[in-house]
Amino acid sequence: MTREMTGAKMVVQALKDQGVDTVFGYPGGAVLPIYDEVFQQNDIRHILVRHEQGAVHAAEGYARSTGKPGVVLVTSGPGATNAVTGITDALMDSIPIVVLTGQVPTFMIGSDAFQEADTVGITRACTKHNWLVKDTDRLSATIHEAFHVAVNGRPGPVLIDIPKDVQFATGTYTPPKPSASHYQPRVKGDLDSITELVEAMETAKKPVFYTGGGVINSGPAASQLLRELIEATGFPITSTLMGLGAYPASGANWLGMLGMHGLYEANLAMHDCDLMINIGARFDDRITGRSDAFSPNSIKAHVDIDPSSINKVIKTDIPIVGDVAHVLEDILKVWKSRGRKTDAANVKAWHKQIDEWRKVNCLAYRPATSSIKPQHALERLEALTKDRKDRFICTEVGQHQMWAAQYMGFDEPNHWMTSGGLGTMGYGFPSSVGVQIAHPDALVINVAGEASWLMNMQEMGTAVQYRLPVKQFILNNERLGMVRQWQELLHGERYSHSWSEALPDFVKLAEAFGAKGILCDNPADLDDAIAEMLAYDGPVIFDCVVEKHENCFPMIPSGKPHNEMLLGEAETQGVIDSKGSVLV
Amino acid sequence: MSPLHIQKGSTSHSAYNLRPSFSDIEERHTLAVLVDNEAGVLARVIGLFSGRGYNIESLTVAEVDHTGHLSRITIVTTGTPQVIAQIKAQLGRIVSVHDVHDLTTEGASVERELAMLKVAGEGERRVEALRIAEIFRANVVDSTLGSFVFEITGAPDKIDAFADLMRPLGLVEIARTGVAALLRGT
Repeated sequence: MTREMTGAKMVVQALKDQGVDTVFGYPGGAVLPIYDEVFQQNDIRHILVRHEQGAVHAAEGYARSTGKPGVVLVTSGPGATNAVTGITDALMDSIPIVVLTGQVPTFMIGSDAFQEADTVGITRACTKHNWLVKDTDRLSATIHEAFHVAVNGRPGPVLIDIPKDVQFATGTYTPPKPSASHYQPRVKGDLDSITELVEAMETAKKPVFYTGGGVINSGPAASQLLRELIEATGFPITSTLMGLGAYPASGANWLGMLGMHGLYEANLAMHDCDLMINIGARFDDRITGRSDAFSPNSIKAHVDIDPSSINKVIKTDIPIVGDVAHVLEDILKVWKSRGRKTDAANVKAWHKQIDEWRKVNCLAYRPATSSIKPQHALERLEALTKDRKDRFICTEVGQHQMWAAQYMGFDEPNHWMTSGGLGTMGYGFPSSVGVQIAHPDALVINVAGEASWLMNMQEMGTAVQYRLPVKQFILNNERLGMVRQWQELLHGERYSHSWSEALPDFVKLAEAFGAKGILCDNPADLDDAIAEMLAYDGPVIFDCVVEKHENCFPMIPSGKPHNEMLLGEAETQGVIDSKGSVLV
Repeated sequence: MSPLHIQKGSTSHSAYNLRPSFSDIEERHTLAVLVDNEAGVLARVIGLFSGRGYNIESLTVAEVDHTGHLSRITIVTTGTPQVIAQIKAQLGRIVSVHDVHDLTTEGASVERELAMLKVAGEGERRVEALRIAEIFRANVVDSTLGSFVFEITGAPDKIDAFADLMRPLGLVEIARTGVAALLRGT
């Protein structure tokens, strides 16, 4: 079925045909024809954000929590450039986003027209792919191709730049056609390599699974298969920041997060293992620490849908290019058909060793009665909310983000939204808006620091306008905590510009926007205050005034291997073997 | 001192100054990349090289299949085996790239480049330039009383050698097309 219509109408029709129900956007001159079409229909809901960066982060939150691509509609020039940070964030974390930007009319491109920017040029490096559509007849096919590219292979952001005259002109609409694209990344892993991995699993004495965001991106089936494989083999499992929830934090084989602020037992298991099975993670520098001393005695298998992730940072012995769910299914099939073998005795001894490391209790901190410890605040938030199956946690970036990853448990995928690769301060609040839009009745909490939160605080307007009961749980230490921590540890305690001067009164700020504000600075009041926040049906800013100089531990300092972690208040005496001794 | 025992002024604690222990022997590879002939595709390829710090020694591009809208980009690059593998993988994931071939490893290949050289001089130097051009099978495509323009095709090192000989004889200007390459045989 083909039909004649304007480019602007085509955009709306194509989005409908792609199953889009929500668009996050902000209007402007170069997208007015599209906004006119949005106005005249009721199938697609448009959420008006307060800044284009917020639109992209909201779409990311929507995408991460639903598994569907997020859609953004912004204008030319500043609309597009404001979206760049969000697009880069989505690229680094492999989040499928389709960004539609308006552009000045084709006959004005290159004339430095009002609100003109070379959008495809600017975003070429921060999108998975982008298009400038100069012909209305090509518009619908390009939008369909954009959705195909965004969700297939390693997901990522794509952008379509649509000049205003193309929106006004009439052309022929073509509905989506499956497999019209030459872009068909491989999803099935090579069976010989999978068999090689299974053989290594059968004889491994100290195996560990190291999983990442690729498991979540692969869909719910991947998480299910991963759980089945872990339960069947009894191998311990750790995960990156991006992969939390793929395997439940309450699971018996769970080691906790690994990496720079990962758990001691997880990092030492990575360092000492003899078989590392990387499923959908990319050996980020926050994970490996010093890469030439990374897990020196292990065979490394790496499952990734992106061939360029393999051997990029760490040399891999068993590379498997494919989609996580497909590869896990084959691993299970091959392993079962060969008799479900593992070296159970040695794996048991390995678990015992891990239990020894666990006794270090690396997340221990010195409790306080006069002030709220940030770790304590998150422990209480976790205790009071963990029974809610519909709980979604977003974070900003910094100490609070690491503490949330350490002290909160995630039992399901797609319930944890954080900016991992790019580390974008200001991600959490708009992201929580996107999650709440997708899940109107869910409990959506953004664990924030006051500095990060202020970076996109304008989205309070969005939260109030759409009556989104998002809970902004701000750990307020009046500092850029992580920057301050690095300055303390690495820069001679010279705290250059790392404190938040002239902070707003968050309670009054909430009230100014028509939301609820709660201030809590006393540990004795904390539980009641959290309960008050949870009970309120509407957006809440929770100003949790915490200890100002708390550092986030454990920590692998940059340039150090896994077994040279710094522990905070944990008891280290006599528990660590000689290998892991260089500890503070 | 901080608990990390980092000396004052030291920069070795940066996370970014560390490289894994891959082989550090640099190799020269010729890559043939088949791409959609669309606006911006060359920028994508070049942007990949500049953005990730890879080398380009030579790059040629032209449409090779008009009906299929395909262009062929031939890139000569240098890097360690790990970097070369990364370049190929990174090129392969660009959506407009159809195919990446490493002509250096996939079998014997032929490489050719065309160059034009302007040589100015008089008397014996002029005669000598002509004599050497003949040895290299270079053609004279323009001549004045004081100058020649030579056209030469061959592998890049042949052109290098020719240019080296022309330099003392009055080489004024050189224009090179960059390398085009094909695998030998069927």
